[in-house]
Amino acid sequence: MACRMQISRHSRWRRAFDGFGLPPRFLTLALLGLPGLASAAYNFNFPEPVTPIARETLHIHNEFMLIITILFVVVFAIMIYSMIKHRKSVGHQPARFSGPKGATQWFWALIPFAILLFIDFVLMGIPAVKAIINMEDTQTRADMVLKVTGMQWKWQYEYPEAGVKFISTLSTPRDQISNAEAKGEHYLLEVDKPVVLPVGKKVRILLTSTDVIHTWWVPQFGVKRDAIPGFLRETWVLIEKPGTYRGQCAELCGKDHGFMPVVVHAVPEPEYLAWLEAQKAEATAAAGGADRAWSSEELMTEGKAVYEKVCAACHQPDGKGLPPAFPGLAGSKIVNGPLLDMNGKVIKDSHVDRVMHGKAGTAMQAFSASLSDVELAAVITYERNSFGNSKGDMIQPAQIKALR
Amino acid sequence: MSIATTHPGGHAAEPYQGGLRRWLTTTNHKDIGTMYMMFSLIMFFVGGLMILAVRAELFQPGLQLMKPEFFNQLIGIHALVMIFAALMPAATGFANWMIPLMIGAPDMALPRLNNWGFWLLPPAAILLTLPFTLALFGIGDGALATGWTFYAPLSVQGGMGVDFAILAVHILGISSIMGSINIIVTIFNMRAPGMTMMKLPLFAWGWLITAFLLIATLPVLAGAVTMLLTDRHFGTHFFDAAGGGDPILFQHLFWFFGHPEVYILLLPVWGLMPHVLATFSRKPTYGYKAQVYSFIAIGLLSVVVWAHHFFTAGMPVPALIYFMFSTMAISLPLAVLFFCWIATMWKGAMSFETPMLFAIGFIVLFGIAGLTGLILADVAADAQYHHSYFVVAHFHYALFAGGIMGVMTGVYYWLPKWTGHMYCEKLGKLHFWLTVFSFNLTFIPQFFLGLAGMPRRIPDYALQFAEFNAISTVGAFILGLSQLIFAWNIWITVRGGKKAEGRVWESAEGLEWELSSPPPHHSWETQPVIK
Repeated sequence: MACRMQISRHSRWRRAFDGFGLPPRFLTLALLGLPGLASAAYNFNFPEPVTPIARETLHIHNEFMLIITILFVVVFAIMIYSMIKHRKSVGHQPARFSGPKGATQWFWALIPFAILLFIDFVLMGIPAVKAIINMEDTQTRADMVLKVTGMQWKWQYEYPEAGVKFISTLSTPRDQISNAEAKGEHYLLEVDKPVVLPVGKKVRILLTSTDVIHTWWVPQFGVKRDAIPGFLRETWVLIEKPGTYRGQCAELCGKDHGFMPVVVHAVPEPEYLAWLEAQKAEATAAAGGADRAWSSEELMTEGKAVYEKVCAACHQPDGKGLPPAFPGLAGSKIVNGPLLDMNGKVIKDSHVDRVMHGKAGTAMQAFSASLSDVELAAVITYERNSFGNSKGDMIQPAQIKALR
Repeated sequence: MSIATTHPGGHAAEPYQGGLRRWLTTTNHKDIGTMYMMFSLIMFFVGGLMILAVRAELFQPGLQLMKPEFFNQLIGIHALVMIFAALMPAATGFANWMIPLMIGAPDMALPRLNNWGFWLLPPAAILLTLPFTLALFGIGDGALATGWTFYAPLSVQGGMGVDFAILAVHILGISSIMGSINIIVTIFNMRAPGMTMMKLPLFAWGWLITAFLLIATLPVLAGAVTMLLTDRHFGTHFFDAAGGGDPILFQHLFWFFGHPEVYILLLPVWGLMPHVLATFSRKPTYGYKAQVYSFIAIGLLSVVVWAHHFFTAGMPVPALIYFMFSTMAISLPLAVLFFCWIATMWKGAMSFETPMLFAIGFIVLFGIAGLTGLILADVAADAQYHHSYFVVAHFHYALFAGGIMGVMTGVYYWLPKWTGHMYCEKLGKLHFWLTVFSFNLTFIPQFFLGLAGMPRRIPDYALQFAEFNAISTVGAFILGLSQLIFAWNIWITVRGGKKAEGRVWESAEGLEWELSSPPPHHSWETQPVIK
């Protein structure tokens, strides 16, 4: 792996400097001369593109960097020449002009602006317009749809045609973040369940959010789009090469904004279809689970897993929360209140109501949309019987199903 | 321009009030200007300390010093403090001190409004930072944690720090509008006889455009944050889709103010640059009219390009193309300014005192901001740059190198005029070189971080970003420490030093140099006549 990274870094270098017409080998050698620097991860350009959009974006970026570098060098070369020649200490006598005089001077004064106009609206403008139209064309010959829902602080992925959906959360252990443990290779860029997409297919991505604005970004795809609560936004990718691609949420979305990575696993189509079938089977099994009676041990085990994945970021692993923004569950009046009313219906502002329907204006979202019957029943049961709470009651997945 | 001065130096004896009472009740434009500058300097260090804490946290991957919640508070308040409490008051301080001197007026037109405008600032600064202290005592959950942009719905969800920040922004906005009205009235009514608008010093022109932009856009910000306040507390749904609102509406309103704000911060600096360049090149300003028209063009364009701040939020293709091309169009009047600055230096007889060094540093580094801004305008490439450290680096080149180094240019240029003493040239040059070196050490790595894919506003990052972050933090600490030299240099200049003459710089032109250094308590009791 280390070796492969070395190679890919070198090729990244090559691309980075091709645009400038500089020999990459020379730069590599120059850096090798500096002890320590060569072994570290210095990336000077976009990561390797794997979609047509990312390739086009990198190309545009390199071209623009070249243009602005030339502009910078030319303009400030003139200024520096002037600073050397026209200084008092070499006895230069100041001229008295304060503007262009005569046709020739006006001509030369206006030339730079004609050049800039050409650069802005032709050299940069035309490729940009082409790229925009291409980027925004999400619908032409799209092969499939992926729905991405941002939530504080995880991503939910849904394959509407297949009826598969799941949540993807950060899997980096907390001990690594608090420096109690050595950091892994993909520190902060790893998830429990990556989203799987087929290579060579145009995937139309629909984005929305359940709470605040998030931004879905995978640098190697050249795609970055906001997920806005209550609205659908869209973009598309066509991944050309199998591999694992990593990105992050790019819009400040609250305390764990830095801890909601995107990991995409791109595989050949047959592998993707097999994976999708397995997901469907799993979903059917989970849905079937809602109809049988669960023992309290089963619910507690499942509930602990769900709690740690979904709830612990705010309410903390020990259930004490981070008041006042994130109230504790240990000893909470709501958690220790009655489960359901006499008719088996949800009581307003009760524990079940909060978990299923959330609380408006806070980070507490409606989990009935993202968790299964089993997960909801398990996590409610777990919260009522953990962190010192001992209600001793439980709720069955079948009851949740009936309450939806 | 040629000036016939009558008697510049005379000033009537007046009952002098010392102590706190003088500063609380003063209506003198110089006293108020001094207070603005001191306030700005203090808040510059407050905002700087906040970001040094952030950079210390980002020195290595992992969470070492603070929780993410606190990190988010620091970045947002850093920005609000630097923009509203450091840069804007510095510009207003310059205006107060210099505009009456430069246009031959005895004082600002509305002295009491002026006093009020300043004294609104300290309460606003306290409101911004108080939630930090309250949180220490267990009240509330700290300051605004949404970044300075207040994006809904995150800000609807936030704690009482958001309310404090909304109130602070209201007060700061009122203060700025009062300052703007005062400046417009002063420039329109109190110019010396013979000083037509096209003889107005460029600094006053820059400020005039700024003042109009403030009056045009600050009420929009005030409206947006008020709508946010009612969404938070009174059950409205302006920004809540579930109630028929739209979170993106907030971004439109915010950036309708936010983009002109960039030029609000920069126009006074662009206004003072030609004065400094002409003085130290010993040559008249090149292209006076072209610069005035460019200021006006930039002012007008700045209110029609706002949506380039959220290209990734998704909008129709024609809108993307319109906002891209209108943004790129700003490069033309900006290029006129660069052209005039360099043409002013061309074939002059330059000498490189500290103000000139800062002016040249400003031109080069602000050039980087302008050029990277040009490529950021490109929607296709922006998809990669946006929300990344590339943008962070870009706007620090605009607002630190363009804004703060511009302010430093002005401070070194006019400090001898204000205090009557020459500053220490050696310390000034040391300050310049340390600032330029460490500024680039801080922000060049951030361009590469952004290109490699590091999002902004994250308290912890993946391992591939570690090296550049470490370099950036080292740069930031050198940058922070070297500003102590600046403060020290100002302190010793205020306290004493070589006496400065009226015309501090050999070939400085303009009315301000016709007065003694420091100028009399009331600047131009008899107005000079401009021929």
